[in-house]
Amino acid sequence: MSETGKPISRIDGHLKVTGKAMYSAEFNQPNMAYAFPVRATIAKGRITSLDDTAIKKEPGVISVVSYKNALKLKPLDMPAQAKAGAAFLGENLPPLQDNTVHYPGQFIAVVVAESYEQARAAAYKLKVHYAAEKAATDLKTELPNSKKPTKLMGEEAQVNGGKTATPLATSAHRVDNTYSTPVEHHHPMEPHATVAVWEGTDKLTLYDATQGVGLTGAIAAYFLGLPQENVRVIAPFVGGGFGSKGLWLHTLLVAMAAKAAGRPVKLALTRQMMQTNVGHRAATIQRVALGTDTAGTLKAIRHHTDTYNNLTEFFEPSGKQSLVLYKAPVREVTYNVAKLNRGTPTFMRAPGETPGTFALECAMDEMAYQLKMDPVAFRIANHTTQDPMKGHDFSSEFLVDCYRIGAEKFGWSARSMEPRQKRNGNYLVGYGMATATYPGGRSAASVKVSMTAKGDVTVMTASIDIGTGTYTVLAQTAADALGVPVNRIQVKIGDSSLPAAPLAGGSQTTASIHPAAMEACALLRKELATLAIADSSSKLHGRKPDEIGYADGKLVLIGDDKKTDSYADIMSRARRVEVEACATTLPVSGAGLTVPSALCTPREIPAEQNSDSKHYAFHSFGAQFAEVWVDEDLGTIRVERFTSVQDVGRIMNEKTARSQIIGGVIFGIGAALMEATEYDKRWGSPVVRTLADYHVPVNLDVPPIDVHFIGKADPHISPIGARGIGEIGITGVAAAIANAVFNATGKRVRDLPLTPDKLV
Amino acid sequence: MEDQLKFPDLTDAERKALEELMPDDMSEIITSGLKRRHFLKLITFTGTSLLATHFLGIEQLMARTTAGAPLPPTGVENGVNVAFKVNGSTQKLLVDSRMTLLDALRERLTLTGSKKGCDHGQCGACTVLVDGRRVLSCLTLAATCEDKVVTTIEGLADGHTLHPMQAAFIKHDGFQCGYCTPGQICSAVALMSEAKNGEASYVTRNVRQTGKSVKLSDEEIRERMSGNICRCGAYPNIVDAIREVHGDKAVAQVWQFADGTI
Amino acid sequence: MRPFKFSNAGDPATAITLVSANPGAKFLGGGTNLVDLMKEDVMHPSELVDITRLKHADIEKTATGVSIGGTATNSFTANHELIRKNYPLLSMAILAGASAQIRNMATNGGNLNQRTRCTYFYDVNLPCNKREPGSGCGALKGVNRNHAIFGWSEKCVAVYPSDMAVALAALNAVVHVEGRNNAKRTIQFADYHRLPGDTPEKDNNLKQGELITSIDLPTNDFAERSYYLKIRERSSYAFALVSVAAALSLDGNQIKQVRIALGGVAHKPWRASVAEKWLMGKEATESNFRAAAEAELKNARPLEHNKFKVVMAKKAITRALQGAMQGGVYGLEG
Repeated sequence: MSETGKPISRIDGHLKVTGKAMYSAEFNQPNMAYAFPVRATIAKGRITSLDDTAIKKEPGVISVVSYKNALKLKPLDMPAQAKAGAAFLGENLPPLQDNTVHYPGQFIAVVVAESYEQARAAAYKLKVHYAAEKAATDLKTELPNSKKPTKLMGEEAQVNGGKTATPLATSAHRVDNTYSTPVEHHHPMEPHATVAVWEGTDKLTLYDATQGVGLTGAIAAYFLGLPQENVRVIAPFVGGGFGSKGLWLHTLLVAMAAKAAGRPVKLALTRQMMQTNVGHRAATIQRVALGTDTAGTLKAIRHHTDTYNNLTEFFEPSGKQSLVLYKAPVREVTYNVAKLNRGTPTFMRAPGETPGTFALECAMDEMAYQLKMDPVAFRIANHTTQDPMKGHDFSSEFLVDCYRIGAEKFGWSARSMEPRQKRNGNYLVGYGMATATYPGGRSAASVKVSMTAKGDVTVMTASIDIGTGTYTVLAQTAADALGVPVNRIQVKIGDSSLPAAPLAGGSQTTASIHPAAMEACALLRKELATLAIADSSSKLHGRKPDEIGYADGKLVLIGDDKKTDSYADIMSRARRVEVEACATTLPVSGAGLTVPSALCTPREIPAEQNSDSKHYAFHSFGAQFAEVWVDEDLGTIRVERFTSVQDVGRIMNEKTARSQIIGGVIFGIGAALMEATEYDKRWGSPVVRTLADYHVPVNLDVPPIDVHFIGKADPHISPIGARGIGEIGITGVAAAIANAVFNATGKRVRDLPLTPDKLV
Repeated sequence: MEDQLKFPDLTDAERKALEELMPDDMSEIITSGLKRRHFLKLITFTGTSLLATHFLGIEQLMARTTAGAPLPPTGVENGVNVAFKVNGSTQKLLVDSRMTLLDALRERLTLTGSKKGCDHGQCGACTVLVDGRRVLSCLTLAATCEDKVVTTIEGLADGHTLHPMQAAFIKHDGFQCGYCTPGQICSAVALMSEAKNGEASYVTRNVRQTGKSVKLSDEEIRERMSGNICRCGAYPNIVDAIREVHGDKAVAQVWQFADGTI
Repeated sequence: MRPFKFSNAGDPATAITLVSANPGAKFLGGGTNLVDLMKEDVMHPSELVDITRLKHADIEKTATGVSIGGTATNSFTANHELIRKNYPLLSMAILAGASAQIRNMATNGGNLNQRTRCTYFYDVNLPCNKREPGSGCGALKGVNRNHAIFGWSEKCVAVYPSDMAVALAALNAVVHVEGRNNAKRTIQFADYHRLPGDTPEKDNNLKQGELITSIDLPTNDFAERSYYLKIRERSSYAFALVSVAAALSLDGNQIKQVRIALGGVAHKPWRASVAEKWLMGKEATESNFRAAAEAELKNARPLEHNKFKVVMAKKAITRALQGAMQGGVYGLEG
């Protein structure tokens, strides 16, 4: 029976529940010192003086690194960085290279001391003076100075500007409203941390909490001017990322500090630093207009976003889903992007779709209400089976089934069209729904598989498990591809010296590395078959490779299951203690962010099964249903239950997959009800500084979440058939909840989060 | 058999490598298992290659250790000598008055199971049991721990046998990244005794009704576990795990495919 | 955190002497707020005296009510039979605060001495008269949605964060303190905390070296009808936007006695004495509760971002009184 898909428990679960799983800050080294960074206290300007003489005399202080004495790093050079695989920084700001301040909280120095307590105490005492300049601290104020970017992650950013004006004006029904979403922070439970260990002057090991060991290694090597093979990044376990654990300045900072101190150095960010230094989801102001004919057929979709960025070109792409969902003949998606002196915005779980589906899916609900159509029926009536912009068929798409199954499981038919119809004590009860969507990405990947004569299998790739289940599902795939039990398989990931894999981002890890794992296992079986065919004492001697199949740790002659030869026997007769194979798979759509490993065998996969984006559009879809109870007097909202139906291709492990979806829904509940970082306009610094004021959902906020999967393999993304699952769960959630709040109260709140002050 | 227990995951080649690298320590390793300090020594000999290439194997080997011998203090100011029990063994430490119990566990006793999530009492990742009650080790100064009995996540299992709460967390997938997990489990273990003692919570229907033991509803479990934040969003699974341990009844796993198949 | 001397006092007198002798010294209870503030570099005592082992942790009946120890933990207090049966309002309020872990650590005395969670107080780079007198109030013209609607001054608009203290205010508790040379005194709860005025750096009227030894809860007949209602931005483990401690005793349906205190609205637990006065002798009806709440909130002075608190407080007072009428059974929050 196939191991793939089974809801087996995580193979790393034992380590996690016993406290033995090691995260980056836990790789203490002999003679290790502790670093604590100093942060800028102005939003924009220059440091005029930084006097470290006093703190150098503080007890335990080993060194103080600032722009005055920091190691010179390679300067920014995008083409050169791109060539080195080092272009993808959280912010384009090699640390401590000059005295310029770009945002409040920017790292401007780092203190290294014998103990954490000493480093922190000394860092607080560093005397810094600034020449402050007028800073841009507020989105609305800066909008007149905003720009219209032409590119968004390689695609056209401004689509059909102005082209919906006429169809909207002539539509029988129209909604046109402004929705806003606040700054949100990722806040994985594990703070970013790095332990840097130099060997000599040119070899560096970084134990780093990163979503991509290869990426971090390439960037560190580039800026430190080291050969890539001299930088090794290790991260066996990462305590969540959600997009925040790309490469940020502290990783380079600690490498520089370790060099200056001549000792291994550990730096762990504080929660307060995670509010300023490792990215966030930028606030958006979105104006969405929809037009339909009298029958409720969409004639136009317009989605404009105002947002900002800082030290990269990235901006929150909240129009993305408006180019994918629904059959409308004209659609217009545009952006204005201002620049703020604020820590740099970055990817955060479903970048674009999270705020974007809030706006679009609330607008859809508003239109359905205007039409007096059921919101599910309205969506089904406007469903598209093709990518509306490119005209390609979706590779595999069951969105209408998601609506139908979701409506049935949730009991949607009990909803009344008119709001304020259902009461329960002090509560008004409401139902709401929304569509979920996220692209199905895939990058190049290389995977090595080895097998010992005892039958122990090791699967190796420079991928990462940020909680997603990478360890577990890789073992399941290898078990099937070799015909050995899962418990004989060890998975080694989280080490940049292993064969290359993409960073754990964009919901593409499974889709990318599993085809390569399967191919590596096939190569390994081929190697064993070659040994058996050549061996006169084998029952498979002299057979052709394509006559040989496998099962239960044996090669088997196809059609005659008595003619077998076990892996162990083949290897022992051939006096081999180990066989191994490494395979690289490259999707038609390109290598993505992965630089494929040179030493692995490239494998051909038919284009039809290999992410050919010239012929198919790859997207996942889902339907989200929420029941909310609103206490109008107190302004409080309680999500009473939630149903999520997902069409994400093949499910590799039902247990871990469900966990990812409920996790996404809970992230969405946070965005809907409570998450927001506010800033003081005068100083530009966040007035939401810690987890005491950046509220994320706690256990009591979370209802039972009912998850269903369509579970049909995507025949075109890869021979495995799985699309990503890490991000889609959050999309549509805030809209489903806001729509349910409208159904409960008749109040349409278009500004997230839906905190009590907006409802009393 | 004895040897196999001690080296369940080392290949012959790995064991040989250990013997070559650390001949002086081998007899101790054989009698009392690999300790963190051996491990650190190993790293200094090998760089990190052994560690990385055999990561899970080494970790499983280390899983048999109870606590590392305390690492020597560095940079201590206003030193305070404290002695307290951790997971059954007495630890004597000279600590900086500023050092928290959490940092003492993680940086000095190499018990890194207790996690630093916020360092300000806002997330619960550092939850440990002190004298049987759940507390936040990040806000507990180590200096205040004289004579206390501390239990961390590393002390919950009985040898190779997991604590029922640990097993239930695995079964119900009560975690994803695993970082909040030690705190969640310590908290849940303490919650079981609080329920037995009849303690109340904010969602207890009527605090005036006192009794010996309370049966926790899901809402009660959720409120009482709200001091442990999980950003991956494992809360419903955590509630399932706790309900199973609290109710002595197997709780079904609740997923299914949309067509009704499991 | 700056270096400090740590001492572990064997008895109250020694602890009091140590802290009295050093203006930079502080008592260390559960540390749940003080250690937090020291890590933020907001507070930097030169010496901490651990008082958690002192014998002030009992809860016992007295001639006039119940006495709760200053170093008893919040958990112990909330779960004590004497408190749950006779002062359920206090149990509810304590259990509404923080998390189980924090309540296990926090002492009753320490709870009263919590500092504000105002972000301008916590961020040492922003102005705050409470942290650094004379530096200005960052919140007055800043982001002030969490701030005061009653009793604030131009110098400070912060709110006091404790839930427990809101119940203690409603219960007319009496704080017993002991200073150097066995100098004991009592402070009526209403006089314990201060409004900011011109000296927001002073949260309360405790003097350096004075230790809270116990808190007296006078006997009352509210146990049947009291309720603690807390509104926050998530359902648990968050500070109050607005909270209400309400207690009633009736003569038929006529209000014999009523106590209302608000949290999250002022620099101290805010006794709603206007509403109380309005309700005395009236029928215990929803419309009267509403009218009383209106009367109380007439005096509110909201800031730029917290006008919602005025509406919220009115409704919360009404709801809490209704909750008290229904016997203090949980389930009214939403």
